[in-house]
Amino acid sequence: MSNRDPAARARLGWTLVALALLWPLLVLAEFRPWALFEPANLRVMGGFLAGFLPPASSPEFLGLLLRATLETIAIATAGIALALWLAAPLAILCARALAVSRIGPGPGRLGGEVVRAGGRAVLAFLRAIPEIVWALMFVRVLGLGPAAGVLALAITYGGMLGKVYTEILESTDTRPARAILEAGGGRFAALAYGLLPNAAQELTSYTVYRWECAVRASVIMGFVGAGGLGQLMDQSMRMLNGGEASTILLVFLALVLFADALSATLRRALA
Amino acid sequence: MGFELEGVGLIHDNGFRALGRISLRADRGERVAVIGPSGAGKTSLIRLLGTALRPSEGRLEILDANPWRLSAGALRRLRTRVGTIHQSPPIPPRQRVVTAIHAGRLGRWPAWKGLLSLLYPVDIAGAQATLARFDLADRLFERCDRLSGGQLQRVGIARVLYQQPDLILADEPVSALDPALADAALGELVEESVRRGASLFASLHAVDLALKWFPRIVGLRDGEVAFDLPADRVTEAMLHELYAAEGDTLPVQARDAATCAARARSSCN
Repeated sequence: MSNRDPAARARLGWTLVALALLWPLLVLAEFRPWALFEPANLRVMGGFLAGFLPPASSPEFLGLLLRATLETIAIATAGIALALWLAAPLAILCARALAVSRIGPGPGRLGGEVVRAGGRAVLAFLRAIPEIVWALMFVRVLGLGPAAGVLALAITYGGMLGKVYTEILESTDTRPARAILEAGGGRFAALAYGLLPNAAQELTSYTVYRWECAVRASVIMGFVGAGGLGQLMDQSMRMLNGGEASTILLVFLALVLFADALSATLRRALA
Repeated sequence: MGFELEGVGLIHDNGFRALGRISLRADRGERVAVIGPSGAGKTSLIRLLGTALRPSEGRLEILDANPWRLSAGALRRLRTRVGTIHQSPPIPPRQRVVTAIHAGRLGRWPAWKGLLSLLYPVDIAGAQATLARFDLADRLFERCDRLSGGQLQRVGIARVLYQQPDLILADEPVSALDPALADAALGELVEESVRRGASLFASLHAVDLALKWFPRIVGLRDGEVAFDLPADRVTEAMLHELYAAEGDTLPVQARDAATCAARARSSCN
């Protein structure tokens, strides 16, 4: 009796709770995957997919595609770069591992807590509003084109990067940073000497992953006129030109593979 | 004054009392070893002295200041003057040795100097000289995850010496070293304390090392001071009583040498 796992009962209980919560959610989301396999639906999907073949390859279209691809890469890269300028300072401000007033706790603890809560609220606000909404607004102000996409990405992705950076900085080994703070070092010193050596890999690979997401997000924003591959895709879809759409999708695949390779290379370099 | 505790107790958040009401004082430049069985509160005591923990009760002064009454800026300046050697060095594995050493002086360097030093190490000679005292000068540009546990522990000591604190705290600083290296490393710590007039307060698991290198021994048991005596007045009976919970044999670094040392001391009395 005594060698039974004392945690087993709790584990079973939480599993049942999770299932009981999941079921109504699935019903609410009209989760009926078997509908996909009804003959009529299969035919509809088949027809839709068949329209995508063969991929378009006319030189004229490829020229447009190249330009749109470069534009998309530029939007995603500029958006992420601006997002970094938002995210990094906020993450450094919010990371509890860099808060010297938490040691003890010492002087300025209450102020620190308030500032960190404020920082987290700002991050939540930045990412709570979908980039498409920002894009719709900026398109009205700045007119059609990539600039609206860049700004929309910078704001939403700034919020996402900031939140995850904060969490990465807190989930690595925080003892080195704490030791530096305990020896009188400052916030930036503790970050650069205590946290970054451990966290750089995670931070980099998450940033590259977000760049990849930004490439995809720029497509959605292209639909509302924010430039790049999305705008091209929008035109192709409107003209019911599946071949062009599938070539664009192939470019996406290539970009995602590129991001993967880049991430792997950087991780290896930082290992 | 190095530090002064008056009725200082520490109760953790979970209600566990780590230290009773301890009164202890060490002068500037004094060298004190604290010994006692595991769980006696040695680490808690060192963390209190290192301003890493705040006492639950009593009065505590470090280098003539009450750290918890200071402003944020003054507390930070005080902390640059206190160096703590941790039992397992708080050094990121991917960091190079030279960077880990330089990290010791981040409290004194302005922020720009610390960041600049990541681009090109600003004081290679200083870091190398400190490492040389521990026979590690040739590992200067090695990554810390390439070092053995013993080498890393010595890098951790070197980093605190590089900090040049006025109060050196050491929590089992030589626990990962073989007897000869442990002896040499403690020798360097003591030498630093003597040369710069810095107080040295070290917890040691090996009784023989404590008796050899420290003129004053504090025995800690169950969060209370069991004895606080000059080393030559510590008897083998006292030590056996201190470590009663851990069996008949005393924890020592080099068994033969220790028993002899303790015997010699008890016959003195």
